[in-house]
Amino acid sequence: MTYNYPDSTGHFGIFGGIYMAETLIPAVEELSRQYLRFRDDPEFKAEFAYELKHYVGRPSPVYHAKRLSESLGGAQIYLKREDLNHTGAHKINNAIGQALLAKRMGKKRVIAETGAGMHGVATATVAARFGMECIVYMGAEDIQRQAANVFRMKLLGATVVPVESGSRTLKDACNEAIRDWVTNVESTFYIFGTAAGPHPYPMMVRDFQCVIGNEAKVQMPEMIGRQPDAVIACVGGGSNAIGLFYPYIEEKSVQIIGVEAGGHGIASGKHAAPLTANAKVGVLHGNKVYLIQDENGQIIETHSISAGLDYPGVGPEHCLLKDQGRAQYVAINDDEALAAFDALCRFEGIIPALESSHALAHAMKIAPALGKDKVLLVNLSGRGDKDMNTVANLKGITL
Amino acid sequence: MSRIQATFARLKQQQRKALIPFITAGDPSQQITVPLLHALVEAGADVLELGVPFSDPMADGPTIQRASERALKHGMSLRGVLAMVAEFRTQDATTPVVLMGYGNPIEAMGWEVFAKRCAEVGVDGVLTVDFPPEESHDAFEHLQAYGIDPIFLLAPTTEDARVERVAKLARGYVYYVSLKGVTGAGHLDLDAIAQKIPQLRQHINLPIGVGFGIRDAATALAVAKLCDGVVVGSRIVQEIENSTEQNVVANVGKLVRELRLAVDRA
Repeated sequence: MTYNYPDSTGHFGIFGGIYMAETLIPAVEELSRQYLRFRDDPEFKAEFAYELKHYVGRPSPVYHAKRLSESLGGAQIYLKREDLNHTGAHKINNAIGQALLAKRMGKKRVIAETGAGMHGVATATVAARFGMECIVYMGAEDIQRQAANVFRMKLLGATVVPVESGSRTLKDACNEAIRDWVTNVESTFYIFGTAAGPHPYPMMVRDFQCVIGNEAKVQMPEMIGRQPDAVIACVGGGSNAIGLFYPYIEEKSVQIIGVEAGGHGIASGKHAAPLTANAKVGVLHGNKVYLIQDENGQIIETHSISAGLDYPGVGPEHCLLKDQGRAQYVAINDDEALAAFDALCRFEGIIPALESSHALAHAMKIAPALGKDKVLLVNLSGRGDKDMNTVANLKGITL
Repeated sequence: MSRIQATFARLKQQQRKALIPFITAGDPSQQITVPLLHALVEAGADVLELGVPFSDPMADGPTIQRASERALKHGMSLRGVLAMVAEFRTQDATTPVVLMGYGNPIEAMGWEVFAKRCAEVGVDGVLTVDFPPEESHDAFEHLQAYGIDPIFLLAPTTEDARVERVAKLARGYVYYVSLKGVTGAGHLDLDAIAQKIPQLRQHINLPIGVGFGIRDAATALAVAKLCDGVVVGSRIVQEIENSTEQNVVANVGKLVRELRLAVDRA
């Protein structure tokens, strides 16, 4: 049986769906209609491809991290260099796709939530590129962690709104963006940053991000004469991961590994790893997914060193892939991610985002026990420039 | 006949409109909620909407967000809300109580257990903001099996085909959200409501309550003229926020009496 999700109502098995307030249901239904209309439209596809090539700088290369691999003495680690994209992360792929759709739907105002700030920067960038008003909601806690990205968004002409409610992080930024959307539903397009939320977002974001995996499937045989033994990506909401994984789902010889944020460790309870920690199924932000919550169904505050992974839920397609056993999900703790961050700086001259460092850390963990002929493809989803303050603080240095 | 049906039937006979106040359970403290509910009834409330606090109230403005945060800080839970209704019912067997909130706390309890508990303690209706009819089949089967009315929201953006779909599932009354926005927003558009309600009535045989943006006697009166019931939430929650533990019951009672007088002029 071939893998074909979501179904026509936006469900990935029991996951996904459209759990939204009534005012927004017509808006997401309209978005589905418009997306399905333009998805296969040759003109839309051509414009998307043009922007990815000439504006984003695609295809992003695959790089053999030889010195790092040698230091580990086992499997070869290859990196899909999404960090080399314009704006420094995979987020721009999706932001461009949604902005092109917004343009066709006649929306002049775009809003976004952001955690680490990469999706906010990507959205501010495409808003400037296409001449749209842009409002970005960002948790007050994250604004402190990611001051440089806040300044970038402002330079690009966006308004950054600090969110003071709840845990003042990504989930609260999502809540506030949804409140804006429900108020300004007719004028506004919500450029959602990850492969989660109400249908059609999980499908649409995946489709726009699949360029990552589609390129890799061509690049790997060119480089090593075959596909890798495993593809590895970090998972917060999971958009960079599903972008790499999806084209590999039917390639059964390729192992798929998603890496969640283990924070201080799963046992500590201070983490952002719903899949690894076997969290219960719940409903938040428009979809049914595995969700970090207490016994009363209240969402618990999560912890991760990386703002982009600091989220209690995860995209519905990852929930399904976990249940089906097609993908495996593991967690990497803060300190392991930091060690991988340092290693990539020193061995390869590449400063990775703290989010991507989680994926890399897992590859470094399993590589030594594997043969030297084994190949692990890690999605280096973003660059680490934004994390300078966080990393400096952790090392006790004031910049 | 259910308590909700009986209430609207009585009001119709009296040619009056329903006054439906909302408070968040456990705000500002757990001890105050049941006395507040009784005070609301005494001041003229016909149906009580009791908010079940949730950590991520996406459809609510700052006032009800803060109420939820206060309630959760004091350990309020869905279980606790059900216990409050049980306590309320020991002294009031007739006033309908509708639980209003988000789906996840119910998902965590399990819909069947929840529906059964609702029936046991005397809850009459359940409104889950983020569970539209499309996602609610199992949930509402359980509610109906225990005789609990699923209350649905309709919005200015809801088109006829969806109104029709909602009409098939809705029981008790429907709640028309008068404006595009979150709870507590202030831009009430009476002309738009006057235009929309007759359109809804072409598909809906149930009473129609209108809420969002009703802040005082004047707006309550104006809205009451257009529909079957007036829902007031943020304004009452704001009154609770601005009161002390000592005067909250009196202050809320006074506000609701004013609203009652206004609604009865409709």
